[in-house]
Amino acid sequence: MSTIQSIAGELEPHPDVALVSRVREGDVSAYDELVRKYERQVFRIAQHITQNREDAEDVMQDAFLKAYEKLDQFQGNSKFYTWLVRIAVNESLMRLRKRRTGKMVSIDEDIETDEGSVPRDLADWAPDPEQNYTQSELGKILEKTIKGLPPGFRVVFELRDVQGLSTEDTAEALGLSIPAVKSRLLRARLQLRERLSRYFKQKRGAKK
Amino acid sequence: MTCTEFLALLDDLIDDSVTTELRGELQQHLHKCGHCEVVLNTTRKTIQIYRSHEIYDLPPTLRERLHAAIMARCKKGC
Repeated sequence: MSTIQSIAGELEPHPDVALVSRVREGDVSAYDELVRKYERQVFRIAQHITQNREDAEDVMQDAFLKAYEKLDQFQGNSKFYTWLVRIAVNESLMRLRKRRTGKMVSIDEDIETDEGSVPRDLADWAPDPEQNYTQSELGKILEKTIKGLPPGFRVVFELRDVQGLSTEDTAEALGLSIPAVKSRLLRARLQLRERLSRYFKQKRGAKK
Repeated sequence: MTCTEFLALLDDLIDDSVTTELRGELQQHLHKCGHCEVVLNTTRKTIQIYRSHEIYDLPPTLRERLHAAIMARCKKGC
């Protein structure tokens, strides 16, 4: 999967910089490349927040169209993908508000929960526990498990652990502080671990 | 080091952002605490499973349809 992490280091300009410049000069094919590069990631973020397939499809389209329209406002001091994620998150939240008839939905409210902060299920997992399920069963388990987390936790986990963004980029994309990202990531990881233990732990008496 | 102190540093250990000295202290705790070892290993496994089994992936036909719709509107000037 493509991520926005620069392998070459800080001094090398990110490849997106050249693509963004070409789009600004009117080269639509350069935008085609950017859309192709990030569409799957944007769709997943939208799905994590809205939990609705049709909404995620609409958000993905709206986010790319809005980014295209507002490209002049994009400051080169942030990464294109970070900026795009911010647009996608806002679009997703707007979609949620519509569904919940105007009720405020925010990604930055700190969710007070102790769940997962103290691990309770301390049984070891079977070796390669995912092998005990078909791809489709596993997909359902993973979806069901992550759905139980608050949206702000789900999206931090997706950006940091699945897409591989840095803590700093995740904070910028979500408009959160770095300590808030760290705190959510720890709680998200522990809550997911706790919930997956129900499926993956070693059966009593089974050999290691 | 207590289990609570270990847990507070769990993410740093997983993300490999601890000093050598601190890593030594964390390893020492792991040697004598089976519960924290399980938590560390199963948390790592949790991340690995989510990373290698992408949920909410776009099926190719839907991806092409959405991609085409976006580009058609961009070409029209949105």
